[in-house]
Amino acid sequence: MTATLPTATPAAPERAAGLGLLRLALRSRRLALGLGVLAVFALTAVIGPWLAGDPDAVSVDLGQAPSGAHWLGTTQTGQDVFAQLVVSARGTLVIGAAAAVIATVVSVVIGIGGGFLGGVADETLSLISNVFLVIPGLPLVIVVAAYVKGDGVLSTVLVIALTSWAASARVLRAQTLSLRGRDYVLAARVYGEKRWRIVLVEILPNELAIIVSQFIHAVIFAVLTQAGLAFLGLADPAYLTWGTMLYFAQNAEALTGGAWWWFVPPGLCIALLGAALSLVSFGLDEVLDPRLRTRRPRKGAR
Amino acid sequence: MTALDVTGLTVDFPQPGGRPFRAVDRVSFSLRAGRTLALVGESGSGKSTVVRALSRLVTPTEGEIRLDGARRTRGADYRRAVQMVFQDPFASLNPAHTIGHHLHRPLLAGGKARRGADVQRKAEELLRSVNLTPPADVARKRPHELSGGQRQRVAIARALAPGPQVLLADEPVSMLDVSIRLEILGLLDRLKDERGLALLYVTHDLATARHFSSEVMVMYRGEIVERGPSDEVILAPRHPYTQLLASAATGSGVSREEARAARAARLAARARRDAERREIVVGDGCRFRPRCPLAMDACARRPPEAEVGPGHRALCWLPAGAGTAGSTNSCA
Amino acid sequence: MNDSATHHSATENSTANDMVLRAEHIDVAYEGYGGARPTRAVRDVGFELRRGELLGIAGESGCGKSTLAYAVARCLQPPARLTAGSVIFHARDGGETDLLALEGEALRAFRWNKLSIVFQSAMNALNPVTRVGRQFDDIFRAHRPGMSGPERRERARALLDMVGIDPARIRAYPHELSGGMRQRVVIAMALALEPEVVIMDEPTTALDVVVQREILDEVERLREELGFSVVFITHDLSLLLEISDRLAVMYAGGIVEYGPCERIAAGAGHPYTQGLLRSFPELTGERRALRGIPGSPPDLRGELTGCPFADRCERAFEPCRTVAPRPVPLPGGGYAACHLHDPDHIAAAAGPLHEGSQS
Repeated sequence: MTATLPTATPAAPERAAGLGLLRLALRSRRLALGLGVLAVFALTAVIGPWLAGDPDAVSVDLGQAPSGAHWLGTTQTGQDVFAQLVVSARGTLVIGAAAAVIATVVSVVIGIGGGFLGGVADETLSLISNVFLVIPGLPLVIVVAAYVKGDGVLSTVLVIALTSWAASARVLRAQTLSLRGRDYVLAARVYGEKRWRIVLVEILPNELAIIVSQFIHAVIFAVLTQAGLAFLGLADPAYLTWGTMLYFAQNAEALTGGAWWWFVPPGLCIALLGAALSLVSFGLDEVLDPRLRTRRPRKGAR
Repeated sequence: MTALDVTGLTVDFPQPGGRPFRAVDRVSFSLRAGRTLALVGESGSGKSTVVRALSRLVTPTEGEIRLDGARRTRGADYRRAVQMVFQDPFASLNPAHTIGHHLHRPLLAGGKARRGADVQRKAEELLRSVNLTPPADVARKRPHELSGGQRQRVAIARALAPGPQVLLADEPVSMLDVSIRLEILGLLDRLKDERGLALLYVTHDLATARHFSSEVMVMYRGEIVERGPSDEVILAPRHPYTQLLASAATGSGVSREEARAARAARLAARARRDAERREIVVGDGCRFRPRCPLAMDACARRPPEAEVGPGHRALCWLPAGAGTAGSTNSCA
Repeated sequence: MNDSATHHSATENSTANDMVLRAEHIDVAYEGYGGARPTRAVRDVGFELRRGELLGIAGESGCGKSTLAYAVARCLQPPARLTAGSVIFHARDGGETDLLALEGEALRAFRWNKLSIVFQSAMNALNPVTRVGRQFDDIFRAHRPGMSGPERRERARALLDMVGIDPARIRAYPHELSGGMRQRVVIAMALALEPEVVIMDEPTTALDVVVQREILDEVERLREELGFSVVFITHDLSLLLEISDRLAVMYAGGIVEYGPCERIAAGAGHPYTQGLLRSFPELTGERRALRGIPGSPPDLRGELTGCPFADRCERAFEPCRTVAPRPVPLPGGGYAACHLHDPDHIAAAAGPLHEGSQS
């Protein structure tokens, strides 16, 4: 009558879980590659600015092509492009991450809140997200950014976050609606669990995969939107990002002047960051959902 | 001693653009401590809705639920006293949490344990009481590491955590492998005896209903059509629907020749479009009328609950006797 | 019968004439992810299907019964793959087909024409946006290109009528039909091209008892009328005892007992079969102490030593944990893969061979 479980349980489950996660990450090449590129960018953003020197320092070399002294050449006013690129990494990542965090938090609160509460609260929150969803994103960003222009980084972050949370909120609402009726949530209701605990403890952990994926996409969106805003001159030009670099390059007619070393590196970095984040997102899906794992058919299999 | 009295329980579900759908219609019964009552019915009969109404997951439209004579279904006391076991052990445990979490929460929420070592010890006690050993190891595992039977044991332990008087088991074994079903039912039976639980066993399986309960109620489209001592109802059914269920059940210990003969008889007797007739909506009368081989004019009116034996009642005009009178009248 | 007992195969002496399908030494493995060991879901299994018979395959979830059927029907999807075995189909006209050699078009044609399969949740797999009639039409268009439109329609109506559905329902959409009626439609589709073998994988498990009984009666009637053979897979052994001619009981990827239904009903040879039979309380019989089978099946990754059931078997003795049991022929037909019946080990076993009464 007694159902005995095998007793061979690893002694330290926490450490085993950490190692398991690493092994899981290595199982997908996409995930490993994406995380690797991301790590390089993150490291650059953290320690790069101390090593690369002052990006605003003006030298006598004006508009020089790449050389031993200036790895990526100089701008028209003699600033070192490599130093700018490295320092911009921090600015870009900070804006991307900050905007994505805010957008994700807003979407979690509105999406899960609405989905769980139901009724009038859900109707209201759905209406709000639908309104934000149907407003064309970029024009809104431009209008708002133009309105608050010059108020610094925070306004850029808020503008991006404001326009990017609605789609995630809808996804999370739908998922919450489905989870709300699951037996384990009902079971928690039957034993009298408090509502906020049901949301935070029973529902939220099961949406983590979606939240993480939405967050990654929010980062991509934020980086691209910021670059776009900066390029249009709607961001604070004093705060150096890859977008502002492009903006200055464009103003100095680097494109027509053939100064490719000025605009290609920041553009490439933006593309690479986006690609790395996409790889992480796909890789996570692959690791978490076994059906998506690529299979190589073996010889002789019938 | 009565634990739970249900009188005239009715549950309506709103339907888009129409009359509400009546899932449970004027159902009354009592659950007594240390006794098992089986609620038998097919899918769509409303038996799960009865359970959900009793566990306060749906709000009844009408009717009265009394716990130990008191009408207090809203408070935490009622929650603690009435617990349920769900059908699907793969859905009723949260994949994100350990087994320990599943027991700690109800223990803490019901005020049955204090945080720390106390709740751990009580959780391990619960696991031991459902024969999951060694409890400390089990508590660390996650649901996907357990088999279906082990999960259902965890679900039972969780239902026991708040110290209930009434346990509602909604098809507790239908998703499990055949070989472990009896173990789980045996466990519920033992816990009922040990803890003096009033057990409602909801099932579609007549055989286990008979073996594990003292009384049986048969439900059809929201109504209790027959009820009584389990041997009476299942061995000598009086309602045509119960008779149909009993004849369709397997494992009646007949030989293949007998089974073949029975099949031939069934095929001959069965009206051709029986499958379609079951979907006909009936108004006020007997709900089984469209499928009933013995239907008559009287069945257009709601049948009374007729006493057909000691404690054995059927919702049917035939045993009520009025049926013959009714048909005679209409013939005359 | 003796030579058949040398391998795990449910073959018995029978002339090739009354045999439709013979599967031998089937092995199926599910590839493991990320270097995990593959799961050997079916291990050296064989069976033989006679013309017009209903062969029941009983077993619990994870025993490999569905995997075996899919392997035989060539429906396995990665990561499952057939690693060994042979399946020979004997047509009514005497021709032999090696199923495992079929590829592409030939396999597709074979699958509807000679062998069809009713999947577990097939009734939910009907295309929800096309009418029932259109779905019949598609089958005929693909496999009977010579049929004219009116012919196809006429045949579809006849098929619906055959499974007890009003032919007018040909214009219905699947959602307009109840679960039982959809399952009837699926069975009618499986019979559309008059196959010689129909594999049914838990065809009635999702249905209510009364509907299940109706559909089983229908299948039995059709089988008597049309003479096709059925491989019927279910966990419900008590059901199989009522409908099947012969029975195979699977456990941990292998057939542990095989034989005529009457023999197994009267006295099962394998302790697992006995346990399964015990697990179905009788509706009308005496009340008795009920117990199932404690424990759970073994992990099917890697090799199994000894008898896979030994850990759960209350009658296990010394060789059970070390020596893999071979199929031992039993009086009354068939075999059980159990040392309790093996003359080489029998001396060590205490107690009678059969459990008291199985009735």
